[in-house]
Amino acid sequence: MRHLEELIGPVVLVAAAALLGTLVSISTQTYFTDTLVKVSIVVALYVFIGNSGVLSFGHISFVALGAWTAGVLSVPTSEKPAIMPNLAHFLVHRHTGNVTSLAIAAIVGGIAAFVVGIPLMRLSGLAAGIATFAVLEITHNILTYEERIGPGQNAFSSVPETTGLRQAGIAAVVCVVVAFAYARSRYGRLLRATREDDAAARAVGASVYRQRLIAFTVSGFLAGLAGGLYVHLLPVQVNSVYLDLTFITLAMLVVGGATSLFGAVVGALAVSALDSWLAVAENGTSVLGWHIDLPPGTAEIVVGILMAAVLILRPSGLTGGRELRLRGVPWRGSASRAQV
Amino acid sequence: MTVAILNIDWQTLADGLALGAIYALMAVGIGLVFGVLRLVNFAYGQLVMAGAFALALASQWGWPVWAAIVLCFAVVLTLSIAMEHLVFRPLRGHSPAVMLVATFAVAFLMQSIALLWFGSLGKIATSLAYLNRPWTLAGVDIRKIAVVAVVVAVVCLVLLQVLLTRTEIGLHMRAASMDFSTSRMLGVRANRVISLAVLLSGALAAVVAVMLTVQSPLVTPDFALRDTIVVLAGVVVGGLNRPIPATLGGFTIGFATGVLGGALPTNQSQYLPALVFAAVILVLLVRPRGLFDFSKTVERV
Repeated sequence: MRHLEELIGPVVLVAAAALLGTLVSISTQTYFTDTLVKVSIVVALYVFIGNSGVLSFGHISFVALGAWTAGVLSVPTSEKPAIMPNLAHFLVHRHTGNVTSLAIAAIVGGIAAFVVGIPLMRLSGLAAGIATFAVLEITHNILTYEERIGPGQNAFSSVPETTGLRQAGIAAVVCVVVAFAYARSRYGRLLRATREDDAAARAVGASVYRQRLIAFTVSGFLAGLAGGLYVHLLPVQVNSVYLDLTFITLAMLVVGGATSLFGAVVGALAVSALDSWLAVAENGTSVLGWHIDLPPGTAEIVVGILMAAVLILRPSGLTGGRELRLRGVPWRGSASRAQV
Repeated sequence: MTVAILNIDWQTLADGLALGAIYALMAVGIGLVFGVLRLVNFAYGQLVMAGAFALALASQWGWPVWAAIVLCFAVVLTLSIAMEHLVFRPLRGHSPAVMLVATFAVAFLMQSIALLWFGSLGKIATSLAYLNRPWTLAGVDIRKIAVVAVVVAVVCLVLLQVLLTRTEIGLHMRAASMDFSTSRMLGVRANRVISLAVLLSGALAAVVAVMLTVQSPLVTPDFALRDTIVVLAGVVVGGLNRPIPATLGGFTIGFATGVLGGALPTNQSQYLPALVFAAVILVLLVRPRGLFDFSKTVERV
């Protein structure tokens, strides 16, 4: 395939992050694993937002649903009554292995995105932004109070913490490959055509609605997978899959460059690296003999300033929304018309 | 004394009206800026939050009420102007989505700064607390703030309407929200109109801050965040392009949440946000241009 080289950049970056994670102490390794999960989420966002140019604030709902699915299926049966006393009857005795729970999480994310997408993909622009936000609010509201399907406001404790570097790395690569395969497929090309010029794409017979729905479903699938990984990484609580995660992952996508897969991966890694370093520095660290002890909350401020600055100074992101090419002239297609 | 259906008493109805009035003001504040800049300001709630912290600090320092309100206006207006110069101006002409994400970033930035500065526990604004006590009108208890909120909102909206329809700068603003580039060609000065819109919107945020702190005196970094999300939904549902539909949208969603939140028992009202946002999605699907937008113009491709 002619474009296969575009896969090299993202995969090498993910692999490098995973390998780097094996070299550090166990406590630091968590940051790398978390970063790789974030890469999966941001790649899921890219599949829809990057290719369609339509903003979605709702993808973290699918991450949350994935986390809830994998979490409920993975808590040991003996501990379910303690953590989730009001769990629906048919879920109480269900228990699956790690990989199965991830697969089911991904499927649930995909189905949820498909169902939500059927009405919502008719909207674009601001209406789409607000409607997807509404999806996030509804999901958050229901997961907070519906104790028949999860722990409600409690954290998902006792979920086996199986998401290590290897699993998170493999999953991130899977997400990248799926996103790449989608973007290079007929569907991905048609969707990007609608992003660049809606009227022209319609004129050649592309159905904007159908193409967006396909992308939304694929990205919901990846988001569900990422949610499954997340719940196996740390005890997820309903507020940890809400506004803050929406903000940070959108920031990553926009900072990297929303219109390319390379941009999504670069953004996720760069912002994660900065964010993790600042989080460490908030607990006190020393760099080159300087002792740094930042007050808690600095990370959010710096990331906020960075995101605003990138949007103002370079709205197409660090990579300019372009894929990494090894030879020839950089492909400039989407950079000039980058929308998100 | 109760209205038969849903067990709505007069206090609930008055609270619903008050919340609707406050949300209507927020809707106008968001709508004014959208009119001239085509920018949805997600950080509007954080302006309110900043004003609320100003009020809380003033009451902590024992300032008199008028001084607290002056401080609130000063802080919110300064921040509005800063936001316009540092964020809105460089973003002018970008796509609405980029601008929305940028104001999303500004919102989180301001919230993190507040968190760093004041901590997550928040502060209490007490100087206007006496407005929370009830007035007894014809045997019915109604909290003073409910009446004050409705009156203040009506006065603000009337003043704004006078400004927009009876003055030259108001005419310029209306022209600019209708067609920005054409109005510039006809001699409307862009920066002046935008600055005025931002200032008016900031002043409304300060008014909202004063009234919201009376209703809920505990000011935390996420103060008014939920309200902003709800108002934004209301504004888009009402019809963002025109001031009156936007105001009606804000009022409706505020009134509905206020009344339903007060009338439903807790085990049902906890799902109120889900219901409200489901209704928002439904309206967007049925009437993408807004519930209250009855104009005949069709958006061009």
